Amino acid sequence: MLDKVIKQKLVVIGNGMAGIRTVEALLERAPDLYDITVFGSEPYGNYNRILLSPVLAGEKTVDDIMLNTVDWYEDNNITLRKGETVNMIDRRTFEVVTEAGERVPYDRLLIATGSNPIMLPLPGKELPGVIGFRDIYDVDRMIKASTDYRNAVVIGGGLLGLEAANGLMKRGMNVTVVHLLDTLMERQLDPVAGGLLRKSLEERGMVFKMPAQTQAILGEDRVTGVRFGDGTELPADLVVMAVGIRPNFELAKKAGLYCERGIVVSDTMQTYDGRIYAVGECVQHRRQTYGLVAPLFDQAKVCANHLAMKGFATYDGSVTSTKLKVTGIDLFSAGDFAPGPDKEEIVLQDANRGVYKRIILKDKKIVGAVLYGDTIDGPWYFQHLRDGTDVSHMRERLVFGAANLGDGRVSGQNSVAAMSDETEICGCNGVCKGAIVKAISDKKLFTLDDVRAHTKASSSCGSCTGLVEQVLAFTLGGDYSAAPKVKPLCKCTDHSHDDVRRVIVEQQLKTIPAVMRFMEWKTLNGCHSCRPALNYYLLATWPGEYRDDQQSRFINERVHANIQKDGTYSVVPRMWGGVTTPSELRAIADVAEKFNIPTVKVTGGQRIDLLGVKKEDLPAVWADLNDAGMVSGHAYAKGLRTVKTCVGSEWCRFGTQDSTGLGVKLEKFMWGSWTPAKVKLGVSGCPRNCAEATCKDVGVVCVDSGYEIHFAGAAGLHIKGTEFLTKVETEDECLEVIVALTQLYREEGWYLERMYKWCDRVGLEQIRKRVVDDIANRKALFARFAYSQQFAQTDPWAERASRGVDRNEFAPLAELELA
Amino acid sequence: MTQWIEIGALADIPRLGSRVVRTPGGNIAVFRTESDEVFALDDRCPHKGGPLSQGIVHNKRVTCPLHNFVIELASGQAVAPDEGCTHTHPAKVENGIVWLSVRQAAAVS
Repeated sequence: MLDKVIKQKLVVIGNGMAGIRTVEALLERAPDLYDITVFGSEPYGNYNRILLSPVLAGEKTVDDIMLNTVDWYEDNNITLRKGETVNMIDRRTFEVVTEAGERVPYDRLLIATGSNPIMLPLPGKELPGVIGFRDIYDVDRMIKASTDYRNAVVIGGGLLGLEAANGLMKRGMNVTVVHLLDTLMERQLDPVAGGLLRKSLEERGMVFKMPAQTQAILGEDRVTGVRFGDGTELPADLVVMAVGIRPNFELAKKAGLYCERGIVVSDTMQTYDGRIYAVGECVQHRRQTYGLVAPLFDQAKVCANHLAMKGFATYDGSVTSTKLKVTGIDLFSAGDFAPGPDKEEIVLQDANRGVYKRIILKDKKIVGAVLYGDTIDGPWYFQHLRDGTDVSHMRERLVFGAANLGDGRVSGQNSVAAMSDETEICGCNGVCKGAIVKAISDKKLFTLDDVRAHTKASSSCGSCTGLVEQVLAFTLGGDYSAAPKVKPLCKCTDHSHDDVRRVIVEQQLKTIPAVMRFMEWKTLNGCHSCRPALNYYLLATWPGEYRDDQQSRFINERVHANIQKDGTYSVVPRMWGGVTTPSELRAIADVAEKFNIPTVKVTGGQRIDLLGVKKEDLPAVWADLNDAGMVSGHAYAKGLRTVKTCVGSEWCRFGTQDSTGLGVKLEKFMWGSWTPAKVKLGVSGCPRNCAEATCKDVGVVCVDSGYEIHFAGAAGLHIKGTEFLTKVETEDECLEVIVALTQLYREEGWYLERMYKWCDRVGLEQIRKRVVDDIANRKALFARFAYSQQFAQTDPWAERASRGVDRNEFAPLAELELA
Repeated sequence: MTQWIEIGALADIPRLGSRVVRTPGGNIAVFRTESDEVFALDDRCPHKGGPLSQGIVHNKRVTCPLHNFVIELASGQAVAPDEGCTHTHPAKVENGIVWLSVRQAAAVS
């Protein structure tokens, strides 16, 4: 037997962002599987190529953009062979051959050779002073030229060309941009936005010659000028070719791997040789090649999964968005915006304000967006684009952005670029813009999750997520790695909420360990995010069968009270429909006095809250409340909370129906049910809506002829009026629809996803179809809810106050008198 | 010299759960992992003093119920990138009985 397991050898050709990102992801998943050797022809560690433009513009230094220093390779036992080029792959002997002739064996090979700038085959292209724009070496040469020379010509009016031109201009050169077409950045912009961009760049001093074809580069010992197709000439001491990039796949092709416009890879990032993987700009996947960072990161993750022999992830291609990294110019573009017969456009143009927005729709979905001047909603449109959301219900207001749809923040500023460093972005954790920017730059953060972990911004309520993404985009210059379309349930797994729910049903999984085993959880017992989610999913899927796991519940649901900042608890007894009696009030008053409860407060949901109860007093407090006929108000639950009502036809001169009675009926039927997130109801007796039913999860507005049922409202992090679901004539029907709706949400919602978010994701029409139109389905949903209620409607307070459930929870294990 | 005090039966602490031991210097949270190891920490999160005994236990870590700081049970250290440390106390299990050695200075501070 061997003393030491001989590890497999992984050789990585290419020390750029894609290759190293893959290695990083691999180390996370399987740290000890491989001996890793990385070849990089540049004499540096891995740096952030997308930030070369700010380096050129003098806004950042080379050190600022280093991602992995040489130490990192050492710390992770990776052999970095910088400045060494691989010349050949010998697929028969499983070896790579270096320039110096050394043969290095591999078990698996990862090609991440990136791309090269396209150098136009013009006469004079070899002259000194003619360069591409691709790496630190190019940037160094441009900076050097800017100190020695005056006139620069940049060939190419795309993203890269404009960023190069901007940088050279900032370095004091006279810059002319030559572009073949009459629209700048024609791959990302339409003619109008291209024109706006040109205008503002001209105002900064950039000169354009377009449309124009370059015919020759002039000069003898060094470039002196450029000649165009129309015979005109321009003087130039520096010519930057930035007409595009070409995947660098020579090495792969020489080795006989199948290549078209790049190295052709499968959805598992494998080339036609199963031992050889490829990621990044050198690959062609489903006929697409990519030159942006976000797709590389997606690919890296999938590739790492397979290298780690986890073997389930697939790469399905990426939708990309672009932002120009020219300080002070706001420009955002995503998706497909070429006009077409089956596409519709929504355009907003305000020339004086310099604002232009164009949203392209196809089949009720956003397929493209071009924003100029006001790009705050870019990530929001992009999210809907990637998710394929049906946007027909918000079409008329779509172009005005998230804030105008009631999907924005309750308050606060919305333009990140204009914010000062002191502006608070995350209100929950008190994180200001400057702190986020500093963390992103100092700690080399790329993703929203990174920022959350390091700064806490957007990690609590999440309402500032859009702003934080903006700060990321703003700081990284746009092409940051957006959250993946299908979010994993948490960091313990790559599976999504939907996957987990589906597999629980299909595989008949009935315990948390069974789910974790079957779905190959990455952690031993999960974490505080996934355990409560799994507990809920199992509970909702197997009513009566699944045994609730108390240790997987958040403390509030474990002790049936709400933890407060000082470790005491608050207690809210149920008051059906918000109606109480003198004897209940007397009992509450007695309890408050008997246990010295410091604060008694009326809640927003028409209940009374007793705050500051010591944990060990909870069972006794409940016993007294139980004796007066009161049960838990579930004010702590991801479940049915309160039904808020107005007095309705019983007292009110405007009341049309018995809203109080209906509210009580709903609450009595639905209490005790667990749901993905909290559910609050409201019932108003007339359209004056005193119970504020139209900002609840479910709201009923009584009218003379019946009951209007609304749902998916919110009045917390977000303010959102409800959607109208349907109108019914009787109380019974009203109850049936609301219960069926809640059951559908229980079966499909993601844990912690409020009803309005679920509705946004699934679509109002889909829900209406299954709850309102399909009556058989409605009745089936209702029956499933009713069935699960027989196991749910036990007062958790009574169980603990008088039946000894969880007795240990409320008493100390020991009391020590220490000397 | 370590002075061990018997504090109760292992069975009285739920797996992946915690119980509190009262001391004049403040509460100590005693945790039990899935594999029946025990750990003892001051029942105060280094972040804002949250009662760690009320948190969700996963592997050898606990998440504070107030703001989701994750603390290593063995060292009391907050998991990076969070920073902070909670005092630990030696704890052991022998024949189903849990023993604790209170590090007084730590508990009082």
